[in-house]
Amino acid sequence: MTPLIEVRGLHFQYEDGTKALDGVDFTLDPGETVALFGANGSGKTTFVLHLNGILRGQGDITVCGMPLGKETLPAVRSKIGMVFQDSDEQLFMPTVLDDVAFGPLNLGSTPHQAIHLAEAALDQVGMQHASGKAPYHLSAGEKKRVALAGVLAMNPEILVLDEPNTFLDPPGQSNLVHLLKSLPQAKLIITHDTHFAAALATRAVFFEKGKLVAEGPVDEIVQRFNWRYSALPADLRYSAQRRF
Amino acid sequence: MHHVHLDNWSRGASPLHARDPRAKILALLVFLIVLATTPSNAALTLGIDATLLIAGILIAGLPLGNLLLRAMVVLPFSLTFGVISWLAGDRLRALALVEKSYLSAAAVLLIVGTTSLPALLSGLERMGAPRVLVLVAQFIYRYLFVISEQAQHMRLAAASRQGDPRFHRKGRFRAAAGALAVLFARSYYRADGIHRAMLARAFTGRFQLLNSLRFRFSDGVFLLAAAAFLILVRVQ
Repeated sequence: MTPLIEVRGLHFQYEDGTKALDGVDFTLDPGETVALFGANGSGKTTFVLHLNGILRGQGDITVCGMPLGKETLPAVRSKIGMVFQDSDEQLFMPTVLDDVAFGPLNLGSTPHQAIHLAEAALDQVGMQHASGKAPYHLSAGEKKRVALAGVLAMNPEILVLDEPNTFLDPPGQSNLVHLLKSLPQAKLIITHDTHFAAALATRAVFFEKGKLVAEGPVDEIVQRFNWRYSALPADLRYSAQRRF
Repeated sequence: MHHVHLDNWSRGASPLHARDPRAKILALLVFLIVLATTPSNAALTLGIDATLLIAGILIAGLPLGNLLLRAMVVLPFSLTFGVISWLAGDRLRALALVEKSYLSAAAVLLIVGTTSLPALLSGLERMGAPRVLVLVAQFIYRYLFVISEQAQHMRLAAASRQGDPRFHRKGRFRAAAGALAVLFARSYYRADGIHRAMLARAFTGRFQLLNSLRFRFSDGVFLLAAAAFLILVRVQ
């Protein structure tokens, strides 16, 4: 089986000298959903920004059989749909329909085709009623759905989601889990929420100081790195309730 | 804030809201030219123009008092020149100057209040306005809401850590200056984030827009009727 993403020996250093990625190897197979865990600043976001060539480090990246390079960049970006953490940065067009149609238009669709693709994507995320609205009139959950529609309209094979449940209330998070479960694409999800990851991911990887230090089933990684809220010392858990 | 009110107004459903933005922009242009070329002593023409404007505001269903109040934003400028003309002895010209500038501002508010900004900018672009200019205006408007929200959060955060404001005027000024710097830095980083999001969706440096405007027969009738009426009143 040809992997959808194959990364070998990826290194990256920011201009201020910070070493962000230090020899990362990674593979994503078709149908997989992989959770990316790790502390803030461990290199998770930097890593995913390399997958569609927004950042360029040293190493080999292959997406859907195409080695990432200047010539393959447009094709690679059509294969990877990236949903950013802050939806306000992703929804920059004046109306929801304009925004969702932005990707298809860039990929060469005619305005008529782009409208059709945008409407289908909005329907897929349950937001067709908002197509004429301005993005700033939407709630956080609605913005996230529209941002997702913006990448689904490009018909990608891989979805990359950077902390997708941030800013969402519990019902919004639950709706997002159901929505993501219903999407057939392979997914790469950066999250600190282990419950969210456990509900979606088939595998997890752990980043530490720019290195991918472990991979395996979500529960195993969570336990190995004590990566959950309940890892708080027993005397801190529910301590506020006990006091009163 | 002005832009929030205008945004709410522009989502109405009057016959004026339904017109193609190009028809409204051209009608506004005719109105402004007619107004600018009307002699200072033509009180009747100015009166008819004002009546037409009020009729337009009422047809559009916009709050008359609120709009007329907002149009006063030009008065500090035009009143200054009006007072100079008045002191120079040309009282008629002084009055006409203030009246014309005020009516112009009200007319612009009427058009902006009945046309969503995306439609207005799209109309301007279709009429030949430089695309870069239109896009910059579009981005400023889009992120005005985000940045003003951030500014309000920062103001609240500053206020919640402030003692008695009467005794800390200097401190407040320094805090405001600091907040402005932080806001600028955040806007810069946000611009970087937006650019990344655009690249991720295959942006290659050239904006492709949907441009779904349609200039209907009724838009042509509206434009011709408005222009004919205004010119007729002017030449009478």
